[in-house]
Parts: sequence; structure tokens; C-alpha cells
Amino acid sequence: MKTIGLTLSILFLSFWIAEAQVSPMVTIKGGEYIPLYGSDSTTVKVSTLKMDVYPVTNQQFLDFVKEYPRWKRSIVKGLFADKNYLATWQNDTILGHNFAKDAPITNVSWFAAKSYCECQNKRLPTIDEWEYAAMADEELPDARQKKTYNQYILSWYETPKTNTNKIGSTFKNYWGVYDLHGLVWEWTGDFNSVLISGESRKDVDKDSNLFCGTAAIGATDLMNYAAFMRYAFRGSIKANYAMRNLGFRCVKEISDEKL
Amino acid sequence: MKNYNLKKINIALLILITVVSFSCKETSQKDTGLYQCPMLCEGDKTYAKQQQCPVCHMDLTLASNSVKNEGEIPEMSIFNLPSKWKNQNNDTITLMDLKGDVLVMVMIYTSCTSACPRLVSDMRSIEKQIPDKQKNNVKLVFVSIDPLTDTPTRLKEFAKDNQMNNEQFVFLTGSIEDTREFAAALAVSYKQISPIDFSHSNIISVFNTAGVMVHQQEGLGVNNAEAVAQIIKASK
Repeated sequence: MKTIGLTLSILFLSFWIAEAQVSPMVTIKGGEYIPLYGSDSTTVKVSTLKMDVYPVTNQQFLDFVKEYPRWKRSIVKGLFADKNYLATWQNDTILGHNFAKDAPITNVSWFAAKSYCECQNKRLPTIDEWEYAAMADEELPDARQKKTYNQYILSWYETPKTNTNKIGSTFKNYWGVYDLHGLVWEWTGDFNSVLISGESRKDVDKDSNLFCGTAAIGATDLMNYAAFMRYAFRGSIKANYAMRNLGFRCVKEISDEKL
Repeated sequence: MKNYNLKKINIALLILITVVSFSCKETSQKDTGLYQCPMLCEGDKTYAKQQQCPVCHMDLTLASNSVKNEGEIPEMSIFNLPSKWKNQNNDTITLMDLKGDVLVMVMIYTSCTSACPRLVSDMRSIEKQIPDKQKNNVKLVFVSIDPLTDTPTRLKEFAKDNQMNNEQFVFLTGSIEDTREFAAALAVSYKQISPIDFSHSNIISVFNTAGVMVHQQEGLGVNNAEAVAQIIKASK
């Protein structure tokens, strides 16, 4: 009997350790919102889900690379990550000199970010999930009409090198999530659902509303301008790109019975 | 006897712990390439092991197109994608199973009424221009971006309806996740815009026999001479 007890406590202990290592998450209550651009019907439904409070840090990603060596920069395949992958690191397993352990990881490809989340039993957020959570400021779940909210985002877009700041250094939003704006740009699982590359202007069907000036650039308010920047960025990157200002965080779906 | 049972439970618990702690799917791949100094201090010189460059002491990285022997796949090959697919005959295949042929790939969905029929006709136009003796080395692959609708049965019907019901044409459908990943690897974008419709890039990609992309053609009804030339070159 003792041995069972011992094993059980080891079991719980290992769960507890695993729990302690994963980053904290908060619940984002689902709802409907109108994205900058989306499907035919203008509102998009987002389901309730859990989102990482912070972007994934340098230290967390380092631990991941140590555990899964195929993501070491000397080993990773070019299909999955380009030459800039973890380019600021001193070598395969030592962070760069100017990069704090608790600053957000950047220079990671979509494939690497996706694999990281899967290995935490999570996944990357969709564009809609990310945008839905990110339209909150400190007080409102949807602050997109507020001047201060938009000015904050746009002034960040003009600030260089915020990726070396530590996680949690920006504001805590309505849902309890930090750093959606102000630190790094973030990968989304379906980033390649934005059709803005060369061919789309020519003849991608039914998708002119993003590029025809009237809907986006000519939009009347700053809100659409900031969002347009994000969509345009997503539409311009490829899955193996690793960029200095681009990090990620993960989300987790909540099964129905837990709601 | 009791003790024995306890032991069994214990072992079961231990196994459970092991399973829990290794639940992340890791398709570990052995290094297949040769290592090279990223600064090319010693020119094209490569090493079999990962070590430091003797000149500048940087970590060696995998040489971009290195393959040790013919059986192995290059870094940029789409055969590195581990995803599983169903073809129009309901066989389960990986992309690796297509190795050895030149692949002309396009992403479509069968209920599409606008761009896809034109993409299909572009594919057939390309196919017609490949000399007969090389046709056996070329496969035209259609990957569905609407896997929920495009079942293998439906793909088979689509193949028949469009006179593409022979071995040269391959139709694939996979999971939503794997489809998104495949598109990402090909730099193809798509988005569901209504319950039945998707908007998508119109890109035809050509891969050599090792799965490395050699050409992409963007747009509908464009001059496909370059694509055809690349296919003929790669299938020789």
C-alpha cells in the first residue's frame, strides 16, 4: 500500500512540476466581433478558450530546444526555419548577450512556434482568436474605438527593439493577458489565410476588400489602420521566416463540459 | 498475491507517468546532412559531425543542399513534412510516397466554381505539353483546402468528371491542420469566407524528384512555358 501511495505522490508531484513549468493562462470568454476583414458575414464568432498570459520567453524556448534537439538552429531543416532562426543566440543552447531570460523569444519560424505549442499540449491562436483578445485594453473587452488604445499601438509600431524588454512590461488587458501590444508581433496558426501577396491583387477571387484602398487604407479611423498593419504583415511573411520582432504565445481550447 | 497485485498497479502507474511525460508528438529525424561553417571559412568544406569551425569557432550548420547519399532527402524538400493524406482511391499516403516523380502541385477545392476550374485547366494544359516519354515521371497533384467536404470519394468523382482519372493525377485530402501546414510550406494562402467558399492563392508549384521546389507559377491562365520547361528539365 505504501508503494502505491508513494507512486501516486510521485505522479501528482510530476503533474505539479509540469504545471509549474507551463506558463500561466487565463480564460478569454468567447463572443462575436467584427474583424478588419473576414468572411462574408461580417461578424465572426470566437469560442471561449485559454490564452497564455505572456508571450513565450527566451528561457522557455531554450528549454524546448534542449528537449527537442531537432529545433536546434544547427540542425533545423531549411524548410522549417530560415537562416535567421535563433540568429541572436551565441550557439545552439546559449542565449544572446543582450537577451534576458524573461524577454520574449523572437527569431522563430511558424513551424517552430507551432511545434512548441503542440509540445505544451496547446496550439497557436487563430488570427481571429488573437485579434479578439487583443482588442481589449485595461478596462474594456473591445477598446478599438478608444483613441488612447489606438495611439498606444501605433506609437509602439514606431518604437524599435521592444523585443528585448521583459514580458509583462506592457499593460494587463481586460482578460488578464499581457503584451499583446507593445512588445513583439506574434505568429498565428492561420497567418497564411491573409491574401495580400502579389497574386492576390491580380486575380484571387472575392478578396479585394483588403487591398482595395476604400476598405483598409482609406478607412476613417486609426483602429483599422493598426489592424491593417498586422494583416498586411501576416500576408507578407512565410512560414519558415524567423524575424527579430516576431514571437508567439499559445492557446488551449476548453472542452465543453468545463464551461 | 496481494503484494503481486500492488506491484502490478505500481507498474501501471509508472507506465502512465512515462506516457504522460512523453505525450508530445515528436517526429525525431536523424540529421541527414553534412555540416558546414555558416561563414564558409573553409569554402565548401563539409564535416560529417556537428562541431565548431576550426577557423572562426562558430557552430557548424547543416549545409543547405547537402545530402549524404541518394536515399536521403534535402533540407528544403517537402518530403520532410510528416503529414498523412488520403488519395482519391482512399489509400493513406505521406508526401514521401510521391518521391521519385516530378510533382506539379496545386491547392483547390472541388465545390469551387470560380478560380479552381481555371486552375484545373491550367494543370491540364501543362500536362499536355509534357512529352509522352517523360509523362511517366511526372505527377499532377491536387491538394484539397476543404478536407471536410472533399472526401476521397468526392475527389474520385471530381477526377472522373474532369477526365483526370488515371495514375498520373493524384488528389489528396488531409486534416485541417496538416492542410494549413502544407499550404504554409508552399507559401499558399487560403481562407474560408463562407460555409462553402474559400478564397485562395492561385499558385502552381513544381517540385523535383527529391521534393525541392524548383518553380512557382502565380495567377490564372498565365503563360506556363517556364513551368513546363522546368518540369521537362526536372523529369529528364
